[in-house]
Amino acid sequence: MRYLIRRLAFYLVAAWASVTLAFVIPRLMPGDPEATMFARFHGKLDPEAMAALRRTFGFSDAPLAQQYVCYLGHVVRGDLGVSVSYFPARVGDVIATGMVWTLFLAGLAVALSYALGTLLGIAAAWRRGGWLDAVGPPLFVLLGAFPFFWLAMLLLFLFGFTLGWSPVRHAYDSGVTPALSAQFLWSVATHAVLPAATIVVATVGGWMLDMRNTMMTVLGEDYVTLAHAKGLSPRRVMFRYAARNALLPSITSFGMALGFVLSGSLLTEIVFSYPGQGYLLIQAVRSLDYPLIQGLFLTITLAVLGANFLVDILYVWLDPRARTRSAS
Amino acid sequence: MTALMHNRRALIGLGVLAGFALLAMFGPLFAADPSAQLALPLSPPSWQHPFGTTGQGQDVLAQTLAGARTSLVIGFTVGLAQVAIGALVGTTAGYLGGWVDDVGTLVINIFLIMPGLPLMVIIAAYLPTGSITIALVLIVTGWAWSARVIRAQTLSLRDKDFVLAATVSGEHGLRIVACELIPNMASLLASAFIGATIYAIGAEVALEFLGLGDVSHVTWGTNLYWASNDSALLTGAWWTFVPTGACVALVGFALAMLNSAIDELGNPRLRAERGYLAELRRHGVRPGVSTPVLRREVS
Repeated sequence: MRYLIRRLAFYLVAAWASVTLAFVIPRLMPGDPEATMFARFHGKLDPEAMAALRRTFGFSDAPLAQQYVCYLGHVVRGDLGVSVSYFPARVGDVIATGMVWTLFLAGLAVALSYALGTLLGIAAAWRRGGWLDAVGPPLFVLLGAFPFFWLAMLLLFLFGFTLGWSPVRHAYDSGVTPALSAQFLWSVATHAVLPAATIVVATVGGWMLDMRNTMMTVLGEDYVTLAHAKGLSPRRVMFRYAARNALLPSITSFGMALGFVLSGSLLTEIVFSYPGQGYLLIQAVRSLDYPLIQGLFLTITLAVLGANFLVDILYVWLDPRARTRSAS
Repeated sequence: MTALMHNRRALIGLGVLAGFALLAMFGPLFAADPSAQLALPLSPPSWQHPFGTTGQGQDVLAQTLAGARTSLVIGFTVGLAQVAIGALVGTTAGYLGGWVDDVGTLVINIFLIMPGLPLMVIIAAYLPTGSITIALVLIVTGWAWSARVIRAQTLSLRDKDFVLAATVSGEHGLRIVACELIPNMASLLASAFIGATIYAIGAEVALEFLGLGDVSHVTWGTNLYWASNDSALLTGAWWTFVPTGACVALVGFALAMLNSAIDELGNPRLRAERGYLAELRRHGVRPGVSTPVLRREVS
């Protein structure tokens, strides 16, 4: 329990740091976001309308400390302001629509790739020096060297445009109304295949190498030799004795890698025009929608922190040693 | 260093890197002007333009070479800067210990756990666009990885006899860090530098692909930005994005090869493992659960 409380305290500090960064960065930078944002209205609006606009977007001349307290209050209440490009929609509502798609796509792809990579890693370590162990790691190192979004472009080009096997943009056909119908679900599924495949191809190697290396260490342990000596079936030794224990460290690295994988899947969304957080982010960057950029930064960062805390809880639950260590 | 020259992976990595360095240095002298419109837009590869032309009629080969120059310079500079900052923070935290270490570790961990891309985007969006901005952003978001490994290594070296001996003989803390600790982490620093460079090149390309760099500047990232903006995919112009991506991957792969070679040299267990497997293969034995007994001819 003490361990979890310490972790929770760390995540709270990290959350506070990122919230503060999102406040400080725009104010430290030489550029003037206010001027850029309102440049297009310049000379078209009378001063009163400009003042009203400034109030709407929360620009104020109040002292920094006061602005900061006000900002913290808004963030705690989940109020992220008004979006410029989706005016008059609120940033929170805009992000919520993208969140569903990102959770669906990235969640599915990461789970798939983690499961597949772990299984491959187990197999490679078990047959050390076998063909999988010889071909797998260099192949995946090469695949991992390609930029994430470039693989997405290549897949999109090959299977989307040239072969025409897959839809090329958006999360479902524009002709289909979102409902719980077979037609809509089928449309969603076919649109998710290529983006998800990109994420799986780009990340599966990392999980595999990770699992292979921890599995190698575990295979050298005495209890594995004992299990063999007892005459247990190789399959039982492989999964129940070796893989089960090798999974623990790989769960920790899963949490660490989450931010990286998420960044990659945001780029993948952009290539496929998939309407998730990444797509919103590029829209916000292109239209200089600063409130939306800030809101996306906050939600994505806080989501990663939350996911890491969940991984920590999972770890304590899975590993009895983590519990006794924190008790003593 | 001589051991590195005898390692196959290190040789492949170094060879590819040297090739790219030469191309980046001298290639642009022989190639066409990368930003001039020379031919019809989106014409496929031909003798005159071996890699075809972009959506604005620029020569893709010239752009790839010019892009190599800027992207490699940014990549290696950022890698160096990240390791320098990482070494500064890592050794300070690790060597001094106490509350300095607590604060240092906290800051390192916060930077490690924040997802990179959103942080990069939020910083780059507010700064004036350009290569210096991109480099700064990459340094700020990436230094913590080096700092973490260097701190861990400092902790394990700090209580070694040679460091204690230096302390007892009254050497200054700064001197101990600079003359005793840093030289003993050479292979770790080298692999941290390579890791940071791989990260920097990938992230630089990604940021510029998003249009956060100076899009009038020719780099690998802006090449891909223009390829996707000029709807290269829609018109089937694969040559506008394939060469750049292949170059990024080749450089990344070469660096990864070099890194694993350094790892192997610094880690005798990995080397022993390699020799063991080679020995088994020579006897036609498949590695399995039990330790095979091999007969050797005694001369």
